[in-house]
Amino acid sequence: MLKTLRQIARVGIVTETPPAPDEELRVRETLERSIRQMLGRALCIRQVDAGSCNGCELEIHALGNALYNVEALGIRFVASPRHADLLLVTGPVSRHMEVALRRTYDATPDPKLVVAVGDCGACGGVFGEGYASLGAVSNVIPVDVVVPGCPPTPTRLLQGILTAITAPRMASARTPGT
Amino acid sequence: MAGAPGLSTVTVEASDWRDAAQDVAVSGGRLLALWGTGPGTGPYTVRMIVLVPDGAAVFVARAEHGKPAFPGIEDIFPAASRMQRAMRDLNGIETTDPDTRPWLRHAAWSPGTWPLAMRDLPCAPPQPVQNYDFVRVEGDGVHEIAVGPVHAGIIEPGHFRFSVVGEKVLRLEERLGYVHKGIERRFGETPIRAGHRLAARVSGDSAVAYAWAYCQAHEGMTGTRIPDRAAWLRALALELERIANHLGDLGALGNDAGFAFGLSQFLRLKEGVLRASERALGQRYLNDFVVPGGVRTDLTRQGAATLQECTESLGLEVRRLRDIYDEHSGVRDRFLGTGTVMPELATRLGLIGLAGRASGCAFDLRCDLPCEPYAALAPRKCGSTDGDVLARVAIRFDELLESLRLVQVILAHMPPDDPIATLVPDAADGTVGIGLIEGWRGPVAVALEAGPEGTIRRCHPHDPSCNNWPVLEHAIIGNIVPDFPLINKSFNLSYSGHDL
Repeated sequence: MLKTLRQIARVGIVTETPPAPDEELRVRETLERSIRQMLGRALCIRQVDAGSCNGCELEIHALGNALYNVEALGIRFVASPRHADLLLVTGPVSRHMEVALRRTYDATPDPKLVVAVGDCGACGGVFGEGYASLGAVSNVIPVDVVVPGCPPTPTRLLQGILTAITAPRMASARTPGT
Repeated sequence: MAGAPGLSTVTVEASDWRDAAQDVAVSGGRLLALWGTGPGTGPYTVRMIVLVPDGAAVFVARAEHGKPAFPGIEDIFPAASRMQRAMRDLNGIETTDPDTRPWLRHAAWSPGTWPLAMRDLPCAPPQPVQNYDFVRVEGDGVHEIAVGPVHAGIIEPGHFRFSVVGEKVLRLEERLGYVHKGIERRFGETPIRAGHRLAARVSGDSAVAYAWAYCQAHEGMTGTRIPDRAAWLRALALELERIANHLGDLGALGNDAGFAFGLSQFLRLKEGVLRASERALGQRYLNDFVVPGGVRTDLTRQGAATLQECTESLGLEVRRLRDIYDEHSGVRDRFLGTGTVMPELATRLGLIGLAGRASGCAFDLRCDLPCEPYAALAPRKCGSTDGDVLARVAIRFDELLESLRLVQVILAHMPPDDPIATLVPDAADGTVGIGLIEGWRGPVAVALEAGPEGTIRRCHPHDPSCNNWPVLEHAIIGNIVPDFPLINKSFNLSYSGHDL
């Protein structure tokens, strides 16, 4: 026990400052602007592997480590889509996962956000589209933000998630004029 | 057959297929991979890679009279069962074995069409999810728990059907194939010089092992000898991949035993390795590092210093944490005697790789069939005969520390001033190469056959998970349901590498 405590004290707090949102990752402006006001920064994420090579999952795991520490930002990974505000989906969507992905999406309560992860989630990546692969996540469910990369770094992933839950900067600047 | 060192080829008649398998089994050999080809330009062909005590061999058999039928060998090598079922789904090659349930085919293509045997694949109409004929366990108080394909965590998808009494598991049956995305057919649409990129994404956590195995096959069939420095750099990348994965697993195993401290400590160390890899070799995960003929980036003196510093401090930290794991009675209690696979069962079922070494199956390609530079590096083989979660944790600690030592040896003795890549000539139509590399999970194989004009006729990547998934079903028997995540994690098998 003493060794455990000593190790905790020795390491201290290693968490780094999170990145800023990046508007370039946004592909769709959700009608539900209220979702962002409701959520603030308390966000429940359900991760869905819809056919990935598991490379993206390794980097999504890293979001939870002490350096990126997403829990400190109020972001939590949850076990059921029924508890989730946002789906973090890796691709390409295999045809065998199509039904499971649609059902997961339907089970997530409205309003909801979807972030597609990785080159494969964005466009099918090296696997493309074929007899067993449907390619991009947006071919199956509506997507708000796309984070490309093979795999995307945890910093990019965090940027994507933060972009999804912050109001579109362009839109909010335009709104008063219209 | 060219590629991996020490690999011999044996051609047999289809009618002698069983006798050949039997001879291998009697001599203490085990099945690594089995796959089918055709009908393309030639007849239906079945190949298997076997690991024998003094090397490895590829057996080839061609179908008689063009009939796609071969004798089944699942009674000799239980691991063959699912490989044969996959071969039926993808190529339409039948065997005489009794289990004829589809394995990789769920609903993406119709019965009677075969993705690897037909040039034009009719697009299957959307089909309802098919019922799978799980084996039912009946008796007083027996009930089923169905889990997946979407699991309650950041994990790949698959379905597990538990038959339980109370909290005790009587039987587990796996249903995989959810992440089947047509990788083998995709290879046929990929130029042979670009195939390493796809190979590196068969199972993302073993990217270096796959890319190396692919390139080894490609280089073998074209008679290419890569520069020494390139081989050493590949070994450096492979060991860094092993270190990163073992660190992640050791953390997750602590977490699954209720010791969150372990997860936060080990993930911090893993992040350190990934950042050092990025600084030294340009990528956190080295999935585009190995290229045909060599490697993509050279290691600078500064990069070497970064890795030297990282591995030195890591050795210290890992030993400190191992001490804490060893002395923590709660963690030990969860690990000890959980998910045991005794050596006798492991040998009979053909357990391989890291999990195999924890159950007395002492085989490591780096030691037993070393390619360059492993003959010079002489890695220490780690092993145990306990076969429980504790043994698989201990193997990870041992191999992690050994890999840290190897990285330092590589950094100290890497041949300097050598090119890092050489040109690979065009592969002649019809040549076949096989690559074998010991990834962190176990032996990874890539069998490559060239087509005309720089195309791939057939490429079959094989993940050690295919051999070990069926053994996991045995490891859980008699354990309690809440221990399944821990046992599953101690194997940490790939879904993507299995489903292809």
